[in-house]
Amino acid sequence: MKESMYKRMKDLPSAHLLGTGTPMCAGCGGLEALHEIYDVLGSRTVFVNAAGCMTLLATYPFTPFRGSWLYTAMASAPAGAQGIRDALDILLQRRSITKEEDLDVVVLTGDGAAYGMGLSATSGAIERGLDFLYICYDNEGYGNTGQQYSGATPHGARTATSRGPSGFAGFKKDLFSIWAAHKPTYVATVIGAEPLDLARKVEKAKQLDGPRLIIALAPCPTGWDYEPRHTADIGKLAVQTGIWPLKEYVDGTVTHTRMPRPRRPVAEYLKMQGRFAHLFLDQRGKHMLAEIQARIDRYWDTVEA
Amino acid sequence: MTRELLTGNLAAAWGARLARVDYVPAFPITPQTEIIETLSDWYDSGVMAGRLVTLESEHSMITAAGAAAATGVRVFSATSSQGLLYGMEMIYTVAGWRVPFVLVNVSRALAAPVTLEPDHNDILAARDSGMLQIHCANCQEVLDSLLIAYRLAEDPRVRLPVIVNLDGFYLSFTREPVIIPEPGAVDAFLPAFDAESIRFRASQPESQAVAVLGGSPYSYFRYETHLAALEALKVYDEVAADFTARFGRSHAAVEDYRCGDAEIVLVMMGSFATKAREAVERLRDAGVAAGLLRPRLLRPFPADRLREYLAGKRGVAVIDQNLSMGKGGVLHSEIASALYGRKDAPPVLTSFIGGLGGRDISAEEFYEMVSVTREAADSGTVPPPRLLYTRDELREVRKLQTIARVERSELGKEP
Ligand SMILES: Cc1ncc(C[n+]2csc(CCOP(=O)(O)OP(=O)(O)O)c2C)c(N)n1
Ligand code: SF4
Ligand SMILES: [Mg+2]
Repeated sequence: MKESMYKRMKDLPSAHLLGTGTPMCAGCGGLEALHEIYDVLGSRTVFVNAAGCMTLLATYPFTPFRGSWLYTAMASAPAGAQGIRDALDILLQRRSITKEEDLDVVVLTGDGAAYGMGLSATSGAIERGLDFLYICYDNEGYGNTGQQYSGATPHGARTATSRGPSGFAGFKKDLFSIWAAHKPTYVATVIGAEPLDLARKVEKAKQLDGPRLIIALAPCPTGWDYEPRHTADIGKLAVQTGIWPLKEYVDGTVTHTRMPRPRRPVAEYLKMQGRFAHLFLDQRGKHMLAEIQARIDRYWDTVEA
Repeated sequence: MTRELLTGNLAAAWGARLARVDYVPAFPITPQTEIIETLSDWYDSGVMAGRLVTLESEHSMITAAGAAAATGVRVFSATSSQGLLYGMEMIYTVAGWRVPFVLVNVSRALAAPVTLEPDHNDILAARDSGMLQIHCANCQEVLDSLLIAYRLAEDPRVRLPVIVNLDGFYLSFTREPVIIPEPGAVDAFLPAFDAESIRFRASQPESQAVAVLGGSPYSYFRYETHLAALEALKVYDEVAADFTARFGRSHAAVEDYRCGDAEIVLVMMGSFATKAREAVERLRDAGVAAGLLRPRLLRPFPADRLREYLAGKRGVAVIDQNLSMGKGGVLHSEIASALYGRKDAPPVLTSFIGGLGGRDISAEEFYEMVSVTREAADSGTVPPPRLLYTRDELREVRKLQTIARVERSELGKEP
């Protein structure tokens, strides 16, 4: 693999490819990540989208994309990618199109599709060795329908369907490990607030063949209940507190690309978001907070061991 | 040109092969599986160029089919019953994408209760999707309809996916002599797919299937799809006429058997119509002026053609191999809507439900339907819809229930 062309912040692309004026909310962390990803991927791409907030990016007759786009449904964007990739391969093989007309096939879905409804389609695509890139923007809930909890919602978070005093009783599913267990070419976590780390990973994924999957934690002012201007700070804290480990999987090995040392207390990250406000009210909240911190500590103990 | 004994499934596979389909997303389900197994063998052995990929569900399979067609290759796929319903979200979706491809559905009754034998509730669930529907009654028709379906789907005036339907078991597993046309003759009838502007290419960025905001652009696209489907009536006639000119076999939108001078006409779809045809033949021998109409096209609905055939008849009996719970036969409603308010419409339209889950319809039952319809025409009173079932069948089911009850109570007695 070539050495990364992104060594410093000033190496990052200065021209931005994705158009502006989209209907996404102000401060949308998913859109921030998509901007950065698109700058590295470029316009020789076809985005295959599943139902979610990003579906409204391309609204007839406008699109912010310079390349192509196909909206499918909530469950089957990876299958849409399969159809396009296979068709392009068939056309290339019989020389109906030249290599210059070929496209990178990119799946773009939210966490609801990635962690839940579309997981079987993703699993199938990986198992078939599909040559594609999967981008999941993870806003930790069904955002487009009003932020109900999904398989990606973290423990304790208040959502439209977990409004009780303890918030969401379940635990965030470890999609990174589920994907990695399929032994695809590449899996990574990223966040828009760490653009250099993100650019390097997207660059690496772009150079590889086969199934490549990236989860971008996507701070969501609307769903997480905070002021839009805090998106970058919350993103940075997600990394510095260790609640969102930046890592990648290549050839059977998981490498952490950032070691948050020293780790800041997770409370700093949680208290910026209204969805966790109840953790700072009473004794029960205090107890839950301690549990959340302990889980993060245990995670990093195994990493650092 | 060769003549071979082929099952309906093999006839479908041959149709796909002669159409030189590039891509087959697949998923197994009885009674369709033989189609994809055959195509898989043909791709593996190199007699066909392209690829077959088994997806992890029909929902994904139809997504992949639509996406590949949207990229500009010729696509074929096949399913049945639960598979068609599992993929139903995408059946509607890909029709809206306006991508041409052909899907074979081998009709099989729907759960619950689960069974393998045919009726038409599966395919009728796709009725309003925007995918066109051609219904076959024999194995030759399956092969021929596939070729016609590609011409229809790919016509720039239509650009819609098409479902070719055949009945499970009665056609899928029944061998009949089938003429396999010469590949060269098929190529002349069905040239390679020209995707025109519908495709993904680096030099020509394209957004397909984007969201709309509000009812106005939504209605615009829905009306466009509807108008294209209506246009397909005209295109179908052109394509079918060209097919007849080249291959000598005729596959009209509505097949008519001795309708011209008939007083009472049976209307029926699919392979069970061949049973109706035999009954009509017997009735004619006995001096009864019966006839049969078999719509091959269900979408677009050939309403004018049906009206012309049925004008001035004394009575019409619609036999539905499907059941819309709480309403009745679907085809009956369709025919009624085509006829209502026309001054030469038949005064009597009777409704019969039969053949569910592959239940046979006997010759005697056909005679009875004609006779009931004739009596209704005489008396001017239309009888309520009838669910075909014999006293013997009921007795048999009751008997089994009794045996099961006794067995269960004896099991309970054991120590
Ligand atoms: C089959 C189906 N069920 C439900 C929906 C409704 N729906 C649309 S978007 C959405 C949420 C998707 O969540 P996620 O993938 O996390 O994306 P986000 O909305 O958060 O961007 C849901 C449930 C749908 N479009 N399709
Ligand atoms: S709800 Fe959240 S993810 Fe969706 S557009 Fe708004 S900020 Fe972005
Ligand atoms: Mg989400």
